[in-house]
Amino acid sequence: MNKCVERLYNGIIKENPTFVLMLGMCPTLAVTTSAINGVGMGLTTTVVLVMSNMLISMLRKIIPDSVRMPAFIVIVASFVTIVQFLLEGFVPVLYDALGLYIPLIVVNCIILGRAESYASKNPVLPSIFDGIGMGLGFTIGLTSIGIVREVIGAGKIFGFRVMPVSYEPITIFILAPGAFLVLAGLVALQNKIKSNAKKEGKEVVESNCGEGCASCSNHSCQGRIFPVESDK
Amino acid sequence: MSGQFNVSSSPHIRSKTTTANLMLCVVLALLPTTAFGVYNFGIQALGVILITVGSAVFTEYLYQKLMHKKVTICDFSAVVTGLLLALNLPPTAPWWMCVLGSVFAILIVKQLFGGLGQNFMNPALAARCFLLISFTGRMTTFVYNDAVTSPTPLAALKSGENINLKNMFIGNISGTIGETSVIAILIGAIFLLTMGVIHIRIPLTYIVTFIIFLVLFSGHGVDVNYIAAHLCGGGLMLGAWFMATDYVTAPITPKGQILYGVCLGMLTGIIRLFSGSAEGVSYAIIISNLLVPLIEKITIPKPFGKGGER
Repeated sequence: MNKCVERLYNGIIKENPTFVLMLGMCPTLAVTTSAINGVGMGLTTTVVLVMSNMLISMLRKIIPDSVRMPAFIVIVASFVTIVQFLLEGFVPVLYDALGLYIPLIVVNCIILGRAESYASKNPVLPSIFDGIGMGLGFTIGLTSIGIVREVIGAGKIFGFRVMPVSYEPITIFILAPGAFLVLAGLVALQNKIKSNAKKEGKEVVESNCGEGCASCSNHSCQGRIFPVESDK
Repeated sequence: MSGQFNVSSSPHIRSKTTTANLMLCVVLALLPTTAFGVYNFGIQALGVILITVGSAVFTEYLYQKLMHKKVTICDFSAVVTGLLLALNLPPTAPWWMCVLGSVFAILIVKQLFGGLGQNFMNPALAARCFLLISFTGRMTTFVYNDAVTSPTPLAALKSGENINLKNMFIGNISGTIGETSVIAILIGAIFLLTMGVIHIRIPLTYIVTFIIFLVLFSGHGVDVNYIAAHLCGGGLMLGAWFMATDYVTAPITPKGQILYGVCLGMLTGIIRLFSGSAEGVSYAIIISNLLVPLIEKITIPKPFGKGGER
């Protein structure tokens, strides 16, 4: 498989940051009160992720290993600031809806995680596609959570009423507890689909080592190969 | 010689008590309250109770069938959950709300965490809070005597109106189906205590802590009427005797039970006196449910003979 396409597949399906890696839970749970917020947050994060992956990958031979974290943070923070001003200037509605969570993208663990485990070790082009894949995976995750919460909690999708007028919204779903319920439900569904696919014999890579050690952030195995336990 | 010696591994002494027996005791103890609720609110309340209990049992059956597990509806635990939930609903609750509450209680709070004995909070109360947050209007609008909407005594107390203590004790007031009659609840509680199903530790420390909290912080001092109104009003009695004592979600160590009661009393006091809502028993109990593992961890009793260490 082409390296770039493979990166997209990896980010969206195999290592979906929301449903598989469980990264960036703070914005995932907090801003997905409606589908449009989910899309907004996802795309904002995607832009930052792609730009920071690109720049970090370009600078990977220049940044000294001992100060890489501060360097990554400075790069990410710069892009977040730019995006924040752009949002404030051009889509103030979304800016108000996302509020505090835009500056918090700086500390989003997806972005730092990709910088540390992928962009700082790989060439520019795959890093860009890694950012796009992860960002789209995050956007899809947030949007689907947002859609479910908005339908159940407000009877609408993207602001349009889809449920009959007699439907009484279950308000808890657009409050904090609903985020946990929906996330858990969607993760369970996703695992069920994957385990069904595995039963039918389709290829589903279980281990995170599928990429080899280059993209792996888990250094505890020190390059040794462990057999992956097969399910019953 | 043969047949004389019955060799087996421990335990050698077994109690005849089963889960079904215990749960049946709780159902019996809840009967006076249920009967009074139906008498007080009419046939509408009976409908709510039947739908809630029925859907709770059916949910448990359906889940266990679909998951190919042993069907345990005969142990009455789903009946108890459904009944407690129904007693915590207003008599005007529409049928879909009862069903939704039961499904949430049984499916999400109980079965998904592993079924009876594994649930981390009281299923009935978790479902009540779920409904309370989702449908605040419907859950806090109480109609009494086919008349206009009337506030519950607690709400009246909070806004400084007068209340009738005698009616609150007997139960001729508005509220959820099961919480109005203190005397019916106490009859059930005494039955449970004499049968040895519950121990008085949790309810007693709960109520005593709550009284002390009221005396210290309510600004009314030792005002017997005020304290009695707080004790008889709202879900305190139902919560203290029937829901705080739930085996699964209460601590098992004696010291832990006392600590748990104190937590409950303080949380109820804080929510009732200082928060926006008049009632806080259900939130207090489910928050304390979450503290139970920690409480048990610090109150493990020392085995005999271990005291001299250190």
